Amino acid sequence: MSNNLLVVRDLSMRFGGLLAVDQMALTVDERQIVSLIGPNGAGKTTVFNCISGFYRPTSGEVIFQGKAMHRLPDYKIARHGMVRTFQNIRLFREMTVLENLLIAQHMQAERNLLKGMFNTSGYRKKEDELADRAAYWLERVGLLEHANRESAYLSYGQQRRLEIARCMVTQPRLLMLDEPAAGLNPRETAELDELIVELKDQQGVAVLLIEHDMKLVMGISDQIVVVNQGAHLASGTPDEIRNNPDVIKAYLGEE
Amino acid sequence: MANIKSAFFSALLTLFLGVSVMGLQLESAGIKLGVQVADSHTFWYLGLAALLVFGVQLFRDKLPRLRSDPEKRFEWPEVFKGEQRQRMWMALVIILMLMFPFVSSRGWIDIATLVLIYVMLGLGLNIVVGLAGLLDLGYVGFYAVGAYSYALLHQYLGFSFWEALPLAGGMAALFGFLLGFPVLRLRGDYLAIVTLGFGEIIRLMLNNLTELTGGPNGIGGIPKPTFFGLELSRRVDEGWGTLHEFFGFSYSPVHKVIYLYLLAFLLVLLTLYVIRRFIRMPIGRSWEALREDDIACRSLGLSPTWVKLSAFTLGASFAGFAGSFFAARQGFISPNSFAFIESAIILAIVVLGGMGSQLGVILAAIAMILLPELAREFNEYRMLLFGLMMVVMMVWRPQGLLPMKRPQRRLDTTRLASASTGEASNVK
Repeated sequence: MSNNLLVVRDLSMRFGGLLAVDQMALTVDERQIVSLIGPNGAGKTTVFNCISGFYRPTSGEVIFQGKAMHRLPDYKIARHGMVRTFQNIRLFREMTVLENLLIAQHMQAERNLLKGMFNTSGYRKKEDELADRAAYWLERVGLLEHANRESAYLSYGQQRRLEIARCMVTQPRLLMLDEPAAGLNPRETAELDELIVELKDQQGVAVLLIEHDMKLVMGISDQIVVVNQGAHLASGTPDEIRNNPDVIKAYLGEE
Repeated sequence: MANIKSAFFSALLTLFLGVSVMGLQLESAGIKLGVQVADSHTFWYLGLAALLVFGVQLFRDKLPRLRSDPEKRFEWPEVFKGEQRQRMWMALVIILMLMFPFVSSRGWIDIATLVLIYVMLGLGLNIVVGLAGLLDLGYVGFYAVGAYSYALLHQYLGFSFWEALPLAGGMAALFGFLLGFPVLRLRGDYLAIVTLGFGEIIRLMLNNLTELTGGPNGIGGIPKPTFFGLELSRRVDEGWGTLHEFFGFSYSPVHKVIYLYLLAFLLVLLTLYVIRRFIRMPIGRSWEALREDDIACRSLGLSPTWVKLSAFTLGASFAGFAGSFFAARQGFISPNSFAFIESAIILAIVVLGGMGSQLGVILAAIAMILLPELAREFNEYRMLLFGLMMVVMMVWRPQGLLPMKRPQRRLDTTRLASASTGEASNVK
């Protein structure tokens, strides 16, 4: 079990009297695509928020690359290489596509104020590197021709892809996607499918995915974790999940 | 007619407000307060005003619309487009500004210097409000810190203007940094209220620390800046001597005013340059990113704490520079110079100019400072005019005089051809 990238144990989140997440557990290995599925309101996004530090879990552990994450603030978790997207896309809307990617690379940027002030050659070189990396990723997600447009004017599917590219320029180890296929048409969903598999195979990132599109989930997942009413219901390969009577019951109700 | 009801009530409201504000006046008669009714003239005017409002409201639909389309972007006329042309215009403006004091009268130079101080303040506040999107109502506090830094450093330690200037900026930055901490978790209205409080606290402290600051009596005898150690006065007892003796021209008190103006202009140019660079640097990008979406910032590993603190700190430092220059120019400062209304004016300059826009801030500063100076005869109605201007602006151009046009970093497609082929190997 040495290649566990992310281990979540006994994760609980309580909002007042509501136990939104109850003793959740999941693991993501290196270069693995793990999907988190469950009925609406099951607490999938809450699990995401706890893992990425946007909520502080009431109890439980989040271990990423052997380091405890559950006490760290959200932005520090992101710096460790665990980067997420949002269900309702969060781009810097008034900024261009390129600028969105430049901001994401702030850790690699030249932050010495004096060097920037006098526009030294070292500073310019760093900025060019950022732009090159941005261009590379824009090409990967097929947005290169839109690099200089304001991101608010992109189509919905393009915005989704830009959000993924914005995560990728930070060079993460684990990419967390919250319903990336929501609102996409079948063709865009197929493209997304390809992109996620490519990211895994070529960039070596692991992916943790929340998704409702069963075709996408069943097609690309190495592991599926089913959540129901905040608790872990089942986990396994797509085939195991498909035939699991508990899962069928949770989704379709009892006869 | 559907408008007749609203027209009637508008007229009634005008009459009510007019009568209570202008028709009746409280006057102290001995120890009692008596109500003094204005003369019939005033009431005739009020009636006329009410009638006018009634008429305008009645035929509102047929009047031409004042409102401009907020979605429509401001486009520069052709002569201002292109980098080279803009550079030429900039050079021309700078030359004109440099020539201005030599062809103008002393009064105008004084006003221009004042405008320049407000430009500097507006540009500084623009970092906090316009770029980082943090509503700061206590900005005048940092202005006060800068002014008092120089005044106190001079009074107790004998610092000259040039020695105190960087320290004043540093002090203001330090205060910005310290006051930034408690407000990190606040945003929007709450942030505005707390910063408002800070501005007042600084003023009250200056007012009450009588042993140190002289309290409400202020500090006087603050020396003017020197020209490389040469003073611009008629005669001097010590030091290097005076400018006019050194260069051998006859003394004129206007020289001092011109020198102050040129100094302010230099400081403004410096401020403009520095902030222009900031906007294009990672730090400026992160300010704007924070304004756009702080949750997305955090998800990308940007620490909102540092982004906010850097905006507060750097924004405050410009107020510090402006403050120490103000102290040097006035020669006398007291806590009264740093009342809340100053914060309001600076904020109005930023909002009026169009948040984030540097040129907008400059134009707005000119408008905000120049108009009240020109309207000196209407002294009593200055605040009324101020209010009118705000209302007209909000209706006519809610986005500000010159809404910010972001200096977008563009991807160079020629360089890209090589990038996209050779990149795959060296970029992870």
